[in-house]
Amino acid sequence: MSKPEPKNSCNIGYSDIIEVYISKIEALLQGSGYKITKRSLALLLFQEDEEILKLVKEREGERFPEIDKLIQEVKTRYPQPLNYLISLRRQQEASAISSRVMIFQKNPLITFRERLSRIMMNPFTGTPILLFVLYYGLYQFVGVWGAGTLVDFLEDHIFITHINPWVTNLVNSTIPFKLIQDLLVGEYGVITLGVRYAFAIILPIVATFFFAFAIVEDTGYLPRLAMLVDQLFKRIGLSGRAVIPLVLGFGCDTMATMVTRTLPTKRERIIATLLLALAIPCSAQMGVIFALLEGTPLGLAVWLGVIILVFLLVGFLAAKIMPGELPTFYMEIPPLRLPQLSNVLRKTWSRLSWYFKEILPLFIFASLLIWLGQITGIFNILVKFLEHPVRALGLPDQAAVAFLFGFFRRDYGAAGLYDLKKAGLLSSNQIVVSCITLTLFLPCIAQLLMNVKERGIKMGIGMSVFILFFSFSIGYLVNLILTVLRVSL
Amino acid sequence: MLSEHAEEILEALAVQMEEQGKKPLDLGMGRDDPAIEELVKLGYIRKDVDHIHLLDKGKSEAQKALRRHRLAERLLVDVLDVKDKAINEVSCKFEHLLHEGVEDNVCIVLGHPKVCPHGKPIPPGKCCGVKENKKGRLMKFVSPLSELEVKDKGEVAYLHAKDNSQMQKLMSIGVLPGMSVGLLQRFPSYVLQLGQSQFAVDKELAASIYVRLIK
Repeated sequence: MSKPEPKNSCNIGYSDIIEVYISKIEALLQGSGYKITKRSLALLLFQEDEEILKLVKEREGERFPEIDKLIQEVKTRYPQPLNYLISLRRQQEASAISSRVMIFQKNPLITFRERLSRIMMNPFTGTPILLFVLYYGLYQFVGVWGAGTLVDFLEDHIFITHINPWVTNLVNSTIPFKLIQDLLVGEYGVITLGVRYAFAIILPIVATFFFAFAIVEDTGYLPRLAMLVDQLFKRIGLSGRAVIPLVLGFGCDTMATMVTRTLPTKRERIIATLLLALAIPCSAQMGVIFALLEGTPLGLAVWLGVIILVFLLVGFLAAKIMPGELPTFYMEIPPLRLPQLSNVLRKTWSRLSWYFKEILPLFIFASLLIWLGQITGIFNILVKFLEHPVRALGLPDQAAVAFLFGFFRRDYGAAGLYDLKKAGLLSSNQIVVSCITLTLFLPCIAQLLMNVKERGIKMGIGMSVFILFFSFSIGYLVNLILTVLRVSL
Repeated sequence: MLSEHAEEILEALAVQMEEQGKKPLDLGMGRDDPAIEELVKLGYIRKDVDHIHLLDKGKSEAQKALRRHRLAERLLVDVLDVKDKAINEVSCKFEHLLHEGVEDNVCIVLGHPKVCPHGKPIPPGKCCGVKENKKGRLMKFVSPLSELEVKDKGEVAYLHAKDNSQMQKLMSIGVLPGMSVGLLQRFPSYVLQLGQSQFAVDKELAASIYVRLIK
């Protein structure tokens, strides 16, 4: 038994022909278990709602061909799609209702908020604002304060001087097996390396990034940025909308790859995934790269230039090669708002907890793999193998270790280079070349898994192989150019 | 100059050509119509026992007649606001006033519409391919949003998107005939004020929104 239709619902009347067909279809709908009225079902059928079409096909069985015939019939009665006619009618009704209860000022004043919004959307004034946001939000707040001050404090004052010696002593005195001691508190131990990296390096960087991102997000700045870059992004096969996952990638590429789901076409999702994996360094990696390039502003400029060039070039080529629908851009521009601290904190917290839930196990897993790789000797073989391409880049053999670890976590790799720099084993040129290669190099293991999950195994692995060769080729090229030109950064 | 009736016959032949391939038109009651003789003399059509056929020489005339009819419909609906039921009757008289030159001006004023209010294509004329220069541009009453100047205001007259998915996108942000719309910015993307909200769209979408300007 189906429920009786509610009598006093506020129905919008459509044109006669549509109404006739609605009642014809209502009479045919006899299946049970629909959660909405027959009238709504009929209207959704006219609007080609795929889900409802499937549901009705299932429920009505042999009556469906008749229903389908009626749908096709009513469609031929109008030159425009029914969807359009129905929306138009609803729009009229909505306008009629709102005009009864709302009054608008004839010439509303342009408020300060509106003026600021226009300034942000004008390319001449908007670009300096973008640079301002990037410099203070990303570079100063995340890079210098988060990745510098906070990391130094947590690492040097909390972990290295207090926690690590204490844990090491505890483990060494209670567990007599050297193997287990190495696993927990050795050079690449789960606690001394895995947990320390997670809490002393990654946590402050990612937390400051997510905090800054939440502020920018809540002001309504991102849609304005999207409309500024849309024309440029069309050249690389994306629409302005893609700016959101790409900016999020500067925080965590793995999370950003998941967010590419918000892009409307498959083509855009693939291009965005590739660019995230290749040319967008995550905050953890950037933190260490800024530290590596500290003191060589020219080196930083070369690194930035090459990465931007690669981003645009690969995007441009991918857009040329990839078949499929060209992107369309449309986005609501919400009014600018002052962000609320409580919302910002809640967003930061929920992203951070996602990050740690997904990422911390992988840190531990990576430490475990490194430990396994070392005791079985597989790592030594891989490192020996990697030494050849590393030498081709003009880097010392020890850098091979950093590149191998770079795969387990990109920032491990960068941090490995940092240790080499501290030991005075790298020249400025070598630092720049290795930073470039490492930025482009294979995504961390978490992102590789996410790529496979979102884009399928073939695409995920294919991208990784491409990136492996591409990153080393670019590193080789940069080194060659620097050497031939006898430039010393 | 052709008689009104002769124009209507040509128009019917053009519709016939567009919709059902090249079948001949049944003569029916109009066997002894002087308009048919007129067209035969001009070499536009050929007449056999009970059909008339459009000849190559008459094709462009027939297209023009159809163009005038559909432009007339657009003009009546978009600018003069004639209601649905009266369109056909009024436009049948109106179209005969749109002769060479006038028809192109109407087309320009309407912003080179591509379809008639019933969704049938309007054959393009000389004026449609030509880029008008900014300074000498004629005042248009209906124009694609992409060709408006910043601060222009109006009402959405109709939508003409290249496919259904584009149309869906416009509808999803509430761009529908009758909505008030204003252009806030053209570069680097089009920003429009739609009712109380603002939206950014790319050029392609902006070109699908035809706006009736309000001065």
